[in-house]
Formats: sequence, structure tokens, C-alpha cells
Amino acid sequence: MSAAIEVHGLTKTYGDLTAVDDITFSVGQGEFFGILGPNGAGKTTTLEMIEGLRQPDAGRVRLLGENPWPRNASLLPRIGVQLQASSFFERLTAREQIRTFAALYGVPAVRADAWLGRVGLEDKAGTRTEKLSGGQKQRLAIASALVHDPEVVFLDEPTAALDPQARRNLWDLLGTLNESGRTVVLTTHYMDEAEALCDRVAIVDHGRLLELDTPSALVRGLDADVRIYVDAALLDVDEAAAIPQVSAAERDGDSTVVRTKAPSVVLAALAERQVLEGLQVKAATLEDVFLTRTGREYRA
Amino acid sequence: MTAFWSLSVATFKGFFRDKQSVFFAIVFPLMFLVLFGGVLDFETSRLELVEVGDVALVEELPPPAQDAFEEAFEVTSTDDLDEALTQVAEGDVDAAIEMRGDTFVAHYSQADQVKAAMTQGTLRAFVDAANVAASGEPPRFAFRAERVEDESLDAIQFVTPGLLGWAIAMSAAFGAAATLQGWRESKLLRRLRLSPASTGQIVAARIGVAVIIALVQMAIFVGLATVAFGMQLTGYWWMAVPLIVAGTLSFMALGLLAGALAKSAEGAVNLANFFVLPMAFLSGSFFPLDGAPEWLRTISLAMPLRHLNDAMSDVMVRGLGPSATVLTFVILLGFAVVVTAVAARLFRWDAD
Ligand SMILES: Nc1ncnc2c1ncn2[C@@H]1O[C@H](COP(=O)(O)OP(=O)(O)O)[C@@H](O)[C@H]1O
Ligand SMILES: [Mg+2]
Repeated sequence: MSAAIEVHGLTKTYGDLTAVDDITFSVGQGEFFGILGPNGAGKTTTLEMIEGLRQPDAGRVRLLGENPWPRNASLLPRIGVQLQASSFFERLTAREQIRTFAALYGVPAVRADAWLGRVGLEDKAGTRTEKLSGGQKQRLAIASALVHDPEVVFLDEPTAALDPQARRNLWDLLGTLNESGRTVVLTTHYMDEAEALCDRVAIVDHGRLLELDTPSALVRGLDADVRIYVDAALLDVDEAAAIPQVSAAERDGDSTVVRTKAPSVVLAALAERQVLEGLQVKAATLEDVFLTRTGREYRA
Repeated sequence: MTAFWSLSVATFKGFFRDKQSVFFAIVFPLMFLVLFGGVLDFETSRLELVEVGDVALVEELPPPAQDAFEEAFEVTSTDDLDEALTQVAEGDVDAAIEMRGDTFVAHYSQADQVKAAMTQGTLRAFVDAANVAASGEPPRFAFRAERVEDESLDAIQFVTPGLLGWAIAMSAAFGAAATLQGWRESKLLRRLRLSPASTGQIVAARIGVAVIIALVQMAIFVGLATVAFGMQLTGYWWMAVPLIVAGTLSFMALGLLAGALAKSAEGAVNLANFFVLPMAFLSGSFFPLDGAPEWLRTISLAMPLRHLNDAMSDVMVRGLGPSATVLTFVILLGFAVVVTAVAARLFRWDAD
């Protein structure tokens, strides 16, 4: 399968600031690709260079085998973009918005209306976009990006500014977007979101690509400890440290935190001592990957 | 639906659903039309006289002349000459009249020369009429005054084109400024750039909507002025339609410039206002420029609205034909091209 997107040495500077610094990666067709990083990491700038909205200062972009810059009219019907939740015409209803976007691509109104249903907005079809909730606006923006059934779709932080519940709800929709072989590129500053949705994740910080792999490989590659939280009243730090294969033990609030690379051995030992009441096991996450690579706590 | 058509419909709906835009484009200028054309016209059409003591001349006028006198003048009475003179000096009335023996004396002020001449001329006519009546002879010659402009001295004839021009300038400039800045802030501009719709289609749709709004303004203004205030259109009034199209392009260009310069949608509209309001004053939209100093009138020639106002008056109320407007088209379209080019140079995709 050939690559849907190839990016080589992509660089963009604004004055002294290198917003995107020599980034190289490729995205396969049908892949759900995530670009993860804190605010200001350069995610949007990277996306906009791939979409053909900005000219790279250095490097090369191939989108569906073509150069997107300058405005490449033959590419435009093949890609879909959601730039930000408010990119709508003023004072139109949800149905009018998506029909207008559909018309720009020569797509008939019935197909636009069907997309409203797919994203669960048929009840809101007659509501003006200004009156929609944040989650509903995002659904409409995503539907508007997909209305012409593009081969590649770009979603820039579609869950930003949503409450946790709305964010989870949106994940269900996002997870279906590459079902039909569509390539999806999503940026996010939520670690859990990248882990839940993406086939592969590029972690960026200060414009640089730190890591690129599947979420599980990234975590595995860390060789990080699993943390087991035990009620401190049942097991103190010294007892915990004495268990074989435990690499470290520490107190964290009401819990004793046991770190190990052999969780099954340690869990068996804990079971023997009958201290499993309220026990929690936490595997390493992308947050640990970020911490290890940058030495900083991940803060979105 | 084509991209052009759907963009036009979307923009059109967006405008007419915005109560504030509709108010400023249509209702607000109409209030001025009613004020200038309807209310003020009423009060200024009669000359005001103050009669000091008994003025025998007026009482001795033959009955038809007396009616005419009452129609021409609004008369108040006083016995105090000094008070009457103060009123004249302060411009509260146009003249004070009194009898000194057989001499009819009219006191007037030269402050408003046109009014002074009108007052003098009209009073002299009544004195002549009174003399003829006193001689007991039937008058040999009859006199009837007929205005050259055929009632066109009515204020409505002159305020309508100017106020219409102002209304069109306002909505075209504000609309273009707000659209450019609003679409930039919401990234809709970039979103559209990533759709297959061409820049030409997008721009044409926006211009089309602005032109339709301007023609709606014209229909409402001219409709109200003719039906409610008795405005009379002259033969080539329809030439106002292409003039308005050309004017809309000029004012949109100004709006684009404001939108390109400003940092926020609100700032864009304020800046457009900063362009349009002084232009409207200098272009004679609110009051005629006849009394303005020469240098101000020269400056006003740089304003597209000045040319649009003049040309609209020419074809709508002065009875001139299309050939009088040729230069106006050249100026309006030239202004649109130059200012759009400047705006394009200043254009940025991003709000920040
Ligand atoms: N048009 C611009 N002019 C100057 N600096 C910019 C511009 N766009 C982005 N930046 C800067 O580039 C960096 C990366 O921005 P961005 O790509 O928007 O990050 P992200 O999307 O990851 O939050 C930030 O420091 C931002 O301030
Ligand atoms: Mg961003």
C-alpha cells in the first residue's frame, strides 16, 4: 500500500521561532494517524503545510502523491478538513451549513442531510450553529469535512474545549471514520485520546518529532515500570520493597505504590499476603513516554 | 446547486437574519429620510414674518392676494419693535414688518442671503398688489410665478439620492469589512480556500449579494420617497441602477481595505464607519455642499460617494440623461480597482 502522506524534513519558522523543526514521517492509506503534543508544539502548523494552506520554509510534502502547495485544485476534492469548530457561515442552521459545504463540492443536498444523521445531529438540523453546543459544533464541522467523501481527512484538535463526557462521545464517531479505508490525520493534546483512537502516534514538542510508533509499542519501548497501588494500611513501604522483583516502593497518599517490571510475580506475592482489597494496577502511558523523552511532566 | 449560487444564498441569509445589519442598512437611513424629507421640509417651506402693530397693507390686500400672503408667510404679531428686531437678528423669523405712516417697512437679516432675497421679492410683490388695489383700477397685467424646477425645490427631491448613497455606502462597506474579518477569524476563509470553489466564485457571490442589498435599499428608498413624500422621478431615473452597482463596488473596496487593516471584526466595522461617515458628510449626503468652502468641495471630489450622489441626483431628479454619468462610472470603477488592489496587498489570511 502506498503512502497517503509523505513528509520529509518539513520546517517552518516565524521570525526566531521554529514552529516546525525538520519533521519527517509518512502516513499509510487507511491509517488513523495522530499528532500528539502540548499547545504550541507545532501541530496545526504541520497540518496546514500538509493541507497546502502554508508554504513550508524547507522540506517536502506529498499528499496523495501530489504537491499541495501552491493551491492544488486537483487535490482539493480528495481531502477534507476541519480547521476549527467555528468555521461556519454566520447565522445558518446546521442543515444549511452542511448543504452549503456540500454544494461547494457538487454534492447533492440529500447526501449532506444523510451526514447530519450519521453524526447524530438530525434533531438539530434546524438549529443555528451559534446555538449548538461545543460537541454538536464539532460533529457538524466533522460532517462538513466528510460530506464529499474525501480519501484523506484532517481533524485539528476536534475534542479540544469539550467536557470529558462530550469528548468520549465524540471518540465513538471518530473511531468509525477510517472504516471505509479513509486515511485520518488527527491532532490532539490528550494522551488518552491518541492511545484510544490512533493506529500510530507522532509525539511532537517544540516543533520537533520526538517519537513515532503505535501507542503500545511506544509504551513497551519505554521499558517502564508497572505501578501497583496497594492500601497503605495493609502493606507498608518496607514490606513492599522486600517483595522479590519489586524495583521500588513509595508512599503516595493512602497507598503504597509498588513499581515492578514483573507485575504477575508481584501480584501473586501480594495475593499470598491477602492485600488485594482496593488494589489498582497502572501500566505506563504515553504520558510516561513524554516524561521520559522530555524530562517534563506532560501538560496540555 | 453550484458553488456560486449556494455561497450567494448562504451570505444572503446571513445578512437578512442579522437584525443589526438590516437596521443599519435600511431602517436607520430611512429614519433620516423621514426626518429630512418629511418633517423638516414642512417647517422650512414657509417664510416666517413678525408683524409689529397693525400692518394696514396686509389688511387692505384684495382677498385672493390675502390668501396667497397667508400661504407664503407664517405670521406672528407683537407690539414691541425691539423684540421683533431681535427675533430677526437671531434668525428666529425671516423678517419683521411694520407701517410707518404710508411706508411699509420690512426688516430682514442678510445672514441668509437666499431667504433675504426671497422675503424681499415676495413682499415687494404684495406691495405692488396693494398699490394696484388702492388705485381702484383693475390690474392690466396679471402675474403668476412658476418655478423652473417644477416643485423640485422640495427637500425630498434632494435628500433622497444623497441619503440613498449614504445607505448603500454604509451597508456595502460594513458588509465587506465584516465578512472579510469574520471569515478570517473563524478560519472559514481558509476552509473555503481548501474547497474546489474558486476565488472568483467566492468573490462574485459576495459582490452579487451586496448589489442585491443595494438595489433593495434603492427600491425601499425611492418607493417611500415617491409614495409617502411625493418625490418625482425624472426620465432617466433607472440609470441609478447601474450607478448603484458601480458605487457598491467602490464601497466594498473600502470595506475590504478596512477588513484588511483591522485586527478584529468589530475593529473592521468601526474602521469602515471611520471611512464612511466623514465621506457621507463631505459628499453632501446630509446637507448640500453649496454653502461649503471651496477647498472642502475640492476634497470631496476624492470621495466616490460624492460622485455617486451627484450622478444619482442628475438622473433621478434633475432630468439629465445617461451621458451625464459617464465620468462617474469611470471614477467609481477606477476607485474600486485601485482600492481593491491596495487591500489585496495588505491582505492576511490570519487574524493574528
Ligand atoms: N502565523 C504565525 N505567526 C507567528 N507565530 C506563529 C504563527 N502560527 C503559529 N505560530 C507559533 O508557532 C508555534 C506552533 O503553533 P501551532 O502550530 O499553532 O501549535 P499547536 O497547534 O501545536 O498548538 C507556536 O509557538 C505559535 O505561537
Ligand atoms: Mg493547534
